[in-house]
Amino acid sequence: MNKYTEDDLREELKTKEYEYGFYTDIESDTFPIGLNEDIVKAISLKKEEPQWMTEWRLESFRAWKEMIEPEWANVNYVKPDFQAISYYSAPNSKPKYDSLDEVDPELLETFKKLGISIDEQKKLANVAMDVVVDSVSVATTFKKTLSEKGIIFCSISEAIREYPELVKKYIGTVVPQKDNFYAALNSAVFSDGSFCYIPKGVRCPMELSTYFRINQAGTGQFERTLVIADEGSYVSYLEGCTAPSRDENQLHAAVVELIALDDAEIKYSTVQNWYPGNAEGKGGVYNFVTKRGLCEKNAKISWTQVETGSAITWKYPSCILKGDNSVGEFYSIAVTNNYQQADTGTKMIHLGKNTKSTIISKGISAGKSQNSYRGLVQISSRADNARNFSQCDSLLMGNECGAHTFPYIEAKNKSAIIEHEATTSKIGEDQIFYCNQRGINTEKAIALIVNGFSKDVLNKLPMEFAVEAQKLLEISLEGSVG
Amino acid sequence: MDLKEKLISSFMAFENLVDVDSPVHDVRSEAIKVFETQGFPSKKEEAWKYTSLNSILKHDYSVFPKHENTVEYNDVKKYFIHDIDTYKIVFIDGKYASHLSQTTHDGIDVCLMSSALAKPKYQLIIENYFNKIATKDSLTSLNTAFSSEGAYIHIPKNKLAAKPIQIIHFSTGSESALMNQPRNLIVVDENSHVQIIERHQSLTDNPVLTNSVTEIYANKRAIVDYYKIQNDNENASLIDNTFINQKQESVASTHTFSFGGKLTRNNLNFYQNGERIDSTLKGVTIIGSKQHVDHNTLVHHIQPNCESHQDYKGIFGDSATGVFNGKVLVEKEAQKTNAFQANNNILVSDKASINTKPQLEIFADDVKCSHGCTIGQLDESAMFYMRSRGIPEKEAKALLMYAFSNNVLSSVKIPEIKQRITKIIATKLGVDIGFDL
Repeated sequence: MNKYTEDDLREELKTKEYEYGFYTDIESDTFPIGLNEDIVKAISLKKEEPQWMTEWRLESFRAWKEMIEPEWANVNYVKPDFQAISYYSAPNSKPKYDSLDEVDPELLETFKKLGISIDEQKKLANVAMDVVVDSVSVATTFKKTLSEKGIIFCSISEAIREYPELVKKYIGTVVPQKDNFYAALNSAVFSDGSFCYIPKGVRCPMELSTYFRINQAGTGQFERTLVIADEGSYVSYLEGCTAPSRDENQLHAAVVELIALDDAEIKYSTVQNWYPGNAEGKGGVYNFVTKRGLCEKNAKISWTQVETGSAITWKYPSCILKGDNSVGEFYSIAVTNNYQQADTGTKMIHLGKNTKSTIISKGISAGKSQNSYRGLVQISSRADNARNFSQCDSLLMGNECGAHTFPYIEAKNKSAIIEHEATTSKIGEDQIFYCNQRGINTEKAIALIVNGFSKDVLNKLPMEFAVEAQKLLEISLEGSVG
Repeated sequence: MDLKEKLISSFMAFENLVDVDSPVHDVRSEAIKVFETQGFPSKKEEAWKYTSLNSILKHDYSVFPKHENTVEYNDVKKYFIHDIDTYKIVFIDGKYASHLSQTTHDGIDVCLMSSALAKPKYQLIIENYFNKIATKDSLTSLNTAFSSEGAYIHIPKNKLAAKPIQIIHFSTGSESALMNQPRNLIVVDENSHVQIIERHQSLTDNPVLTNSVTEIYANKRAIVDYYKIQNDNENASLIDNTFINQKQESVASTHTFSFGGKLTRNNLNFYQNGERIDSTLKGVTIIGSKQHVDHNTLVHHIQPNCESHQDYKGIFGDSATGVFNGKVLVEKEAQKTNAFQANNNILVSDKASINTKPQLEIFADDVKCSHGCTIGQLDESAMFYMRSRGIPEKEAKALLMYAFSNNVLSSVKIPEIKQRITKIIATKLGVDIGFDL
């Protein structure tokens, strides 16, 4: 039997290169670098957007100019030069395809390497995919099935053109333009993203999914996602990311807005595996994301995320529990390795009566990485009988990494019940010993323990994604997952 | 002229009063500069996010009281733990009151900071310990700049302080508003043991602001128990900065009982500079009306094999606000650390609020760190159980609240303090029962 110890694992983790690091050579139509009002206008023009959208972008841009980059997060990095980024890049051959044969074969090859072959996905997973390569949708599938139900699932630029009244009504209502530095930047320059509308009482028959990839050297990607679940509807939305190996830091500042109207339910799952930088901490994606959902009466929003990539992660999917009896959930696994830094968590804002929220956060840090949980649970004075349960557990591998917890709890109502607990530990020698004793080798044992540690969250992922999540955990902690 | 300017300008006058040639002079000048650049902390600072000093800084505090005041023992007897024999260091309006005090130099030194700063025989201790662990933040620096009076306690090697030591500050209200800045230094050498009780009490309704700094050194295998009784009237505010430096195998505990005051801020910092150290931080907060109590704790685990236990309970009524900001920092070298932190709160009124932020920062992998934090109400089934057995609602509530805070009380080692606290809790909850049922 090979003796496989935690040291070996650590060694392996250190040397493990990013498997999906490759670069597809597609001709891109890229804007000159820099950002000013003209660029914002040009993006809007390129997207053939109506006047109000252009105005909305400009308003955001003016707000952004006045703002300063936040520094409170527990991360250190060289601040990106916002004038050295090209704010628009789209694959050149971009007519909409009816079948996959028309798609650039090189692009298909990319997907194959990622293990998300559209063919396979289509056949096996019954997943409708809106594949975004560098900001513009190039393939939309299963649109027909969805449209029969009245479900709108398209790129946001298409939505702005086709359904302006819906977009106009909801965009920026959950994440206002001036919400924060990155949200303002995104509002000004967002290039594309997804839009989804589920009509009243409709239960979306399949998991909706979007894959984002950053593909063009030196381009930032600014997705904007808007999901609206009308009264009594249900949707499960998946989002997954992998990015090619790059040396200069790439910026990713997305905004996701979820709106769950009365009795609606939205389940939003993310698997994030942007390029984390190499073993020396060089390169890697900056992931500064604003995600927020609004729950009306009896509505429910559930965030599930598996964060394994990015050099810097700054991400706090939040729920505003505005309606009575609404429910917010947050399940997260964040894995950091080498020099990765993650500052992630959630905000649960309880405004309505009888609102409930659950937070389960699992952090795994290895190498020289820093992993922080930062969360806010706020109970307003009108939120009678609010209930919150939070649990944040951290697992440390090696003594050069760090795990941090910053939970903020603010209660202004006497009937609130809030529980918060956090633990930090390493894989116990006794746990390994117990497994060894029963004939399970150390490698398998570590796999079991890490799996068990993250089980609470992995269980929350839809079936189609659980496989992908497993794969990402494998890459990030190769050898530890069986 | 705002308070900051007033303090800075009175610094010159203050310096001329005390010895300009003493080595502490440089420390003071350095400190006033820090305060001058930083000023009073504002809510924009992360550590002061939930506590605003604005309401207490607007008073025109006199920094040096003009009159000598005296109070009779019988008038203030109730503020002492008087049923046991203790050493006492008592101050009235910041000035030492010898007729109320009982100090000693018999084997141990229980005396005054002013004499320790002045007399050559204490010079070595002052040089080695004074202002060595106090942080350089603005309020501590402000205290350092004006440090001249307070308690000086030195327990040499292998000594047991035979009696507990009480440090009590009275303010008489002879000034319309008074700012008090006591500075305490407590050095407990190898194998020694001391118990200290600290209390600040204002005798009238005139506003008082106390900005106190206490440095405690627990050397090898020393045992230090520190009790803070904060039950001042509602115009008195207290900013308490306590720094405890522990050497190997020492055991230090603090119990903070916060029942009174307009605004109370406890900055409590433990530094574990040795192996196999045990630190305990416990507190009970029961407040109402518009009171504000903020516990800001730090336990810095620097060396391996140490333990820390934190347990803070809070009950908040009326429009009271509570803050708990507990930080556990575990350094890379501090393997096998066992750190535990709990913060439980009960909100009794709809206008009361609690902000809590239990924070863990961990850089070592072989550690057991956990924290738990709850906000809730009294158990309804327990209430029903008692009501059905004929216990009136008020008493039943009081019993449950007492039981809630009992975890903290159970580790108090001086029974008289426990009784005293029990009585205060009963008064606070408006019931007339002893809890020793």
